[in-house]
Amino acid sequence: MTVLLLAVLAVPAAGAFAAAALPARFDRAGRIVGTVAAALTFVASVLLAVRPGLWLRSGWGVGPAIRPWHEFDVAWVPGLDLRLHLGVDGVSYPLVVLTALLTLLCCGYTVWRVPAPSGPAPSGPDASAGRGRLLVALLLVIEVGIIGVFLALDLVLFFVFFEVVLLPMYAVIAGWGGPGRRKAARTFVLYTLFGSVLLLLGVLTVVTRAGTADLVALTGPGGAGLSRGTQLLAFTLLALAFAVKSPLWPLHSWLPAAHTEAPTVGSVILAGVLLKMGTYGLLRVGVGVAPQGARWAAPVLGVLAVAAIIIGGLVCLAQDELKRLIAYSSVGHMGFVLLGIATLSATGFQAALIGNVAHGIITGLLFFLVGAVKDRTHTGAVAELGGLRESAPGLAGLLGFAAIASLGLPGLAGFWGEAFAVVAAVRRGGPLWTVLGVLAALGAALAAAYFLRLLRRVTHGAATPTVSRLTPARLAPVELLSWGPLVVLALVFGVLPGLVLSLSADAVRVLALVVSP
Amino acid sequence: MSIDHLALLPAYLAVLTAVGVFLADLAVPGRRGPVLTLAALGCAGTAAAAWWVGHAGTVRRTFCTPVGCSYSADRTAAVVAVLFAVLTLAVLAFSGPLLRDGHDGDAPPGEYAFLLTCSLTGGVVLGAARDLITLVVALETLTLPLYALVALRRKVVASAEAAVTFFIVSVVSTAVTLLGAALLYAATGTVHFGHLAEALAAGPESAGPQSSRLAPLVTVGAVLLLVGLGFKVAAVPLHAWAPATYDGAPLPVAAYLSTASKLGGVVAIVLVTVGPLGPRLAVTGGVLAVLAALTMTVGNLVALRQRRMVRLLAWSSVAQAGYILAPLGAFALAGGRAPEAVGVAVAATVGYAIFYVLLELAAFGAVIALRGADDGGRIAEYRGAARRSPWPAAVLVVALAGLAGLPPGLAGLFAKVTVVRALLVNGVVWLAVLVALNAVVGLAYYLRVAATLFGVPPAGPARRPAHWAVVVGLAAVAVAGLVVGFAPQLVLDAARLTLTP
Repeated sequence: MTVLLLAVLAVPAAGAFAAAALPARFDRAGRIVGTVAAALTFVASVLLAVRPGLWLRSGWGVGPAIRPWHEFDVAWVPGLDLRLHLGVDGVSYPLVVLTALLTLLCCGYTVWRVPAPSGPAPSGPDASAGRGRLLVALLLVIEVGIIGVFLALDLVLFFVFFEVVLLPMYAVIAGWGGPGRRKAARTFVLYTLFGSVLLLLGVLTVVTRAGTADLVALTGPGGAGLSRGTQLLAFTLLALAFAVKSPLWPLHSWLPAAHTEAPTVGSVILAGVLLKMGTYGLLRVGVGVAPQGARWAAPVLGVLAVAAIIIGGLVCLAQDELKRLIAYSSVGHMGFVLLGIATLSATGFQAALIGNVAHGIITGLLFFLVGAVKDRTHTGAVAELGGLRESAPGLAGLLGFAAIASLGLPGLAGFWGEAFAVVAAVRRGGPLWTVLGVLAALGAALAAAYFLRLLRRVTHGAATPTVSRLTPARLAPVELLSWGPLVVLALVFGVLPGLVLSLSADAVRVLALVVSP
Repeated sequence: MSIDHLALLPAYLAVLTAVGVFLADLAVPGRRGPVLTLAALGCAGTAAAAWWVGHAGTVRRTFCTPVGCSYSADRTAAVVAVLFAVLTLAVLAFSGPLLRDGHDGDAPPGEYAFLLTCSLTGGVVLGAARDLITLVVALETLTLPLYALVALRRKVVASAEAAVTFFIVSVVSTAVTLLGAALLYAATGTVHFGHLAEALAAGPESAGPQSSRLAPLVTVGAVLLLVGLGFKVAAVPLHAWAPATYDGAPLPVAAYLSTASKLGGVVAIVLVTVGPLGPRLAVTGGVLAVLAALTMTVGNLVALRQRRMVRLLAWSSVAQAGYILAPLGAFALAGGRAPEAVGVAVAATVGYAIFYVLLELAAFGAVIALRGADDGGRIAEYRGAARRSPWPAAVLVVALAGLAGLPPGLAGLFAKVTVVRALLVNGVVWLAVLVALNAVVGLAYYLRVAATLFGVPPAGPARRPAHWAVVVGLAAVAVAGLVVGFAPQLVLDAARLTLTP
């Protein structure tokens, strides 16, 4: 089964190469080749769950916090402590599958429609013609990077994969984005590279002091034997790095512009899975490797997370641009995830994991829908939209569903992460955490407010001229195909959160034992 | 004194190549085919011989006196010689479009190849030099032919200006280096690396009553020596010549200057710092740390504003020199002077230098493939190059990403990791942070060039396809870059130099 671990990295890489190497006149063929590779990757990623002892509940005592189902480990660059050490467990598995699924949906969507760059830069039909296969190739390279991050069990390898994502995402935004794409893409790449170099410093600090880069050993019950000072330094560097990526307020300012300007598929990947590299990294690497540092910084993280929830909500209330609004709502949702991690409890970690997955599904869907609205009406201004229900009932209905899922209605996927995060904060006890829990709950109410405001203005009321001219009113089959799985998953995880929670319960309990105060 | 001619074999081959090229040009005047074939074969032979001699088992030394040998054909010498031979070979390939048959062209093939292989000779000897005089002579042999090569664009004033600038700066820097060497000789009475190190380690007291007054001389000599060599690597504040010279020179010569010439400076600095000045690492380490910090910061900040391709690459190569020297800055700390720490620092510096010359060579090669060998032009003129010539543009993008230290330029990523790791191992946290922050600044301008390549091409006639020699050379460099990107251990192993006195 280790072959699957390699396949989920090698297949998209090969697909990217094949798609990019085809000449321009075979553009459509290139997009299809890429999509086939993405589909194969998705199948391989799902099959990763097949493992010996799948149906047995193993007794988990104190032991390593990471017990991979499958493992692959060979030396790569001994001089830099870099091993090609891959493994999948209950914490990473849902994210790997989510990444493979979203990439597949985005590639399939691109076969049908290649976004055309717009704006002041000279960009006739010549500019975008025949480049769809390159977009697919870039999406596949991004997939390699993200899945690599989730699978890496070597700290230096983790960093290498973390870096792989940067330039392809820049290219997606700069090559296929909206009018302000150049500036947005530059801000994105320089800001997140700043996060990356902090990660490099943090990773190498840990590796040089501990003498090993093996995440299994580093996150073991005895820890890596790092001194308290080293842990504080390492956690500060790592937490800052992941806070830029997640993003955690006040380091989020690259995100709204990047989302607003990115093409639909870019936004879906960015919000759906790229941000999760930050929260996953914080949980697995930051908390796992430097538990003392995590304990020391937890109150600060918690306060910032709640600030992100409240501020994200308030900004959303004042937003008049669809994509910007959803981007800021992401800041709020990631705030819940980070709050869950900051509580350093098993419940909180579980909240973070399911929050990650739910946000990936729901926000991915939201960006797909908003992209479809913008494609049809050529505007994202809420003021110019209105009465969508009249002219495009299908689209309006789905938008309503996604918005309600996103605001955390019980019974849909978004509910669990936010509820558990609040519960974990209150359970942590003490005045600070109780207040944080209450404020976060208020923040969830804010989310309800701005999403309902959005729905009232966009779907209800009389149709504006822009909306009544909208074509095509019906949804294309490809659109239904690419959104359908996300709708179904939002429902399934809403009713059966145990599907995700049971996978990671044991791993999370051990981690919480190690770090809990 | 007996001379071990086998130890000198690589140097002999390099000289023979130069002379052979010169004679071939006399026999068949103005024909580039025979001349370039001979030069290329000579380079390959030199590399093979250097590898064989350096890995023969016993270290061959020659020009020995009772206090030490001047020439040591050890592993260090082999690695340096092979690097120079390969660089020369690549630059010869890139020079294809520059050299035309007949003497009416800008660059006569015979003289060109002769000067380039003379420079190679200097590089081959440099790695084996084990006394200050041999070192300076080798370094001058490496750079002296380059004045003429820089001036090869005969009808262009900028080319002549560049050559004069380069000449004056080089002469001054050589004078400074020699003054430093002379002061060291005055204080200790020796120029051999091993003996000099012993004399400095023994301290002034043991050398006689006079010597205590000479102690400041040693410090001044060491600093002057480093400053003189700093010119060769274009370290700030000794860098001002580089952008003007690179921009005026023909592109292949600029490629040679920014790789081979810079590598020569780096090798000389490493040899001198850990060899004869080993007991004075505290002084040299401080100087190098300051030089490295200034070099990377100033180079990156000024590169942000460049509008011409070659000037941008020149300033970026200034910044890269800062990263190359940074690991040596660890010598300023007591912990960084332990033998093991010194080994780590030297390996990181040499390793980064090897990654860098590969990436820089690929970048220049791609520019030559896109533009021809004369002039780099403005960056805006590269708009749409990715559409017109996708493969050279792809190589340029990957090379620039590598220089910025990011995938898909994996070689550059590992280079960055190597340097930051060495600095953290040796405890120089502030310099590691500075390197990391500079990587962010660096990406800003590399990205600007890369984004320009993907713009919409202006209407106009399609460019002529690149010269076949350039295509072959660029392909070879690109493959080498890919290989070390996936197997960086090859470079890290080669970079672990052992210096035999």
